[in-house]
Amino acid sequence: MDTAYDIAAKQAAPGQDSLAPVVAVEDVYKSFNGHKVLNGISLRVNQGETLAVLGRSGTGKSVLLRLIIGLDAPDSGSICIHGQDIAGLALDRMGKIRKKMGFLFQQAALYDSLTVAGNVAFPLEHHRRDLSKSERDDRVRQLLAEVGLDSAIDKMPSDISGGMQKRVGLARALALEPEILLLDEPTAGLDPISSGEIDELILMLQREHRMASIVVTHDLHSAKTIAGRLALLKEGNVVIEGTFEDLQRSDIEFVKEFLKQS
Amino acid sequence: MSSRELTAVTRTSPQPPLRITEQILPVASSAAGLFNGFFEWFGELGTFSWRVLSAAATPPYEWHELIRQLDEVGSKSLPLVAMAGAAIGVILSLEARYSLSRFGAKSMFPATLVYSVVQVMGPVITGLVVSGRVGAGMGAELASMKVTEQIDAIEASAINPYRLLAATRILACILMLPLLTLATDASALLTGWFAQAMVEPLSFHQFIANGFNGATFSAFLPQTFKTAVYGLIIGLIACFQGMRTRGGAAGVGRAATNSVVLASLFLILADVVLVKFILVFFP
Repeated sequence: MDTAYDIAAKQAAPGQDSLAPVVAVEDVYKSFNGHKVLNGISLRVNQGETLAVLGRSGTGKSVLLRLIIGLDAPDSGSICIHGQDIAGLALDRMGKIRKKMGFLFQQAALYDSLTVAGNVAFPLEHHRRDLSKSERDDRVRQLLAEVGLDSAIDKMPSDISGGMQKRVGLARALALEPEILLLDEPTAGLDPISSGEIDELILMLQREHRMASIVVTHDLHSAKTIAGRLALLKEGNVVIEGTFEDLQRSDIEFVKEFLKQS
Repeated sequence: MSSRELTAVTRTSPQPPLRITEQILPVASSAAGLFNGFFEWFGELGTFSWRVLSAAATPPYEWHELIRQLDEVGSKSLPLVAMAGAAIGVILSLEARYSLSRFGAKSMFPATLVYSVVQVMGPVITGLVVSGRVGAGMGAELASMKVTEQIDAIEASAINPYRLLAATRILACILMLPLLTLATDASALLTGWFAQAMVEPLSFHQFIANGFNGATFSAFLPQTFKTAVYGLIIGLIACFQGMRTRGGAAGVGRAATNSVVLASLFLILADVVLVKFILVFFP
């Protein structure tokens, strides 16, 4: 059986150094008010690879993403992005690394005082000051077309559905052409049709942009569709890591139970 | 024993006296909690201030957001401070006329009004009005952004939220408070004169000439520009309370209330220090 690392290497984009992980999480611990959330977790993601992080609610999946993008700091362990440890980096230095990352929040976290176009334009206005207004508007239209929302360009976030908000969040996450995409429950709270559309969208984006992606989800069907490798978490650590078939073949009771219930 | 008898025994049997340690420990524990909370709050405020200061001092500068905040704090507070100033002018005029008449010092009316408004009431009233309007608004806006992860989204987009959200708002408050104070003063003097002129003939020119007779810049400028410190307090407390909010809608409400209450309280406390400072350095 291929190890997770072998699978990652196989999925790596041609021409990339497949042995250098884009994201490397090593022995990370994180507690909140004495409650241990992550318990020595280690994960690696290579260029062009998609890793789905699965697990029950409260097992630290979202916390893991927040640590990777530096919104929270680990209690111990290291998180390296392109080989650079992000622990203790000042906000502005961390910003340089974050420019290479796109983050889709669970509730989309759109700026409620800005229109759909304003939300997508926001990172461009701050980081691509070389673009003229018309170039920026073109880029916004292109990103919104990519997620199928070019008709909602002037709407406010409160006037669009949850699924559309996630699409806008995705367009905003892609605005700076990130090398790493972090998606927190992209299909949570959506009907099956919208979930399927989001999955297809993520697959299409992966094909076109060849980003390294980490998708946190408890939707096994979605994980199977969009990710080449899955990691199942229990009590803040990885129980099993591999392809969906590896999970199906596993003798671990928790894995069997998770697959049965999903 | 019947249940009735049991109830009677329960009611009458004396409770064993609490030992002194059992009585003191809960009180001491809650006092220690309050003490810790007090210093923790100041510690966090210090860290927050340092982050805002270092973000504000380094490029890129958020000019667009600063201009938006100058409008939000300045232009949109102008009608409110002008109305508050107008009311204060009338009240001071009525009170001053009555008090000065009792002591046969009616001729002192213009100077009394001018000094009361410009040195005391104008700055404090402006500070308190802006603290109510802007402090609550900023506190609630930032708290709402915090609980809906919009501030995290800004940070995740590689934008420093201390620079974009806090530094611009605090700077807008610092710059706008002195200007709004001038507006309050002007409004109060105008209505104060008008209230007096309705009772006794007094030209505006004569009122201003008598009121500012012998006045120096040092008598008025420090009092007006001290409101920049009020602006710092209002902006800093509102941004700090907003950006550290936890706990959904209730947290947003708490942040708005705490922003106004704490900013008003610190503003009055700061005034004590500032008045003494001005008296020493601008006698």
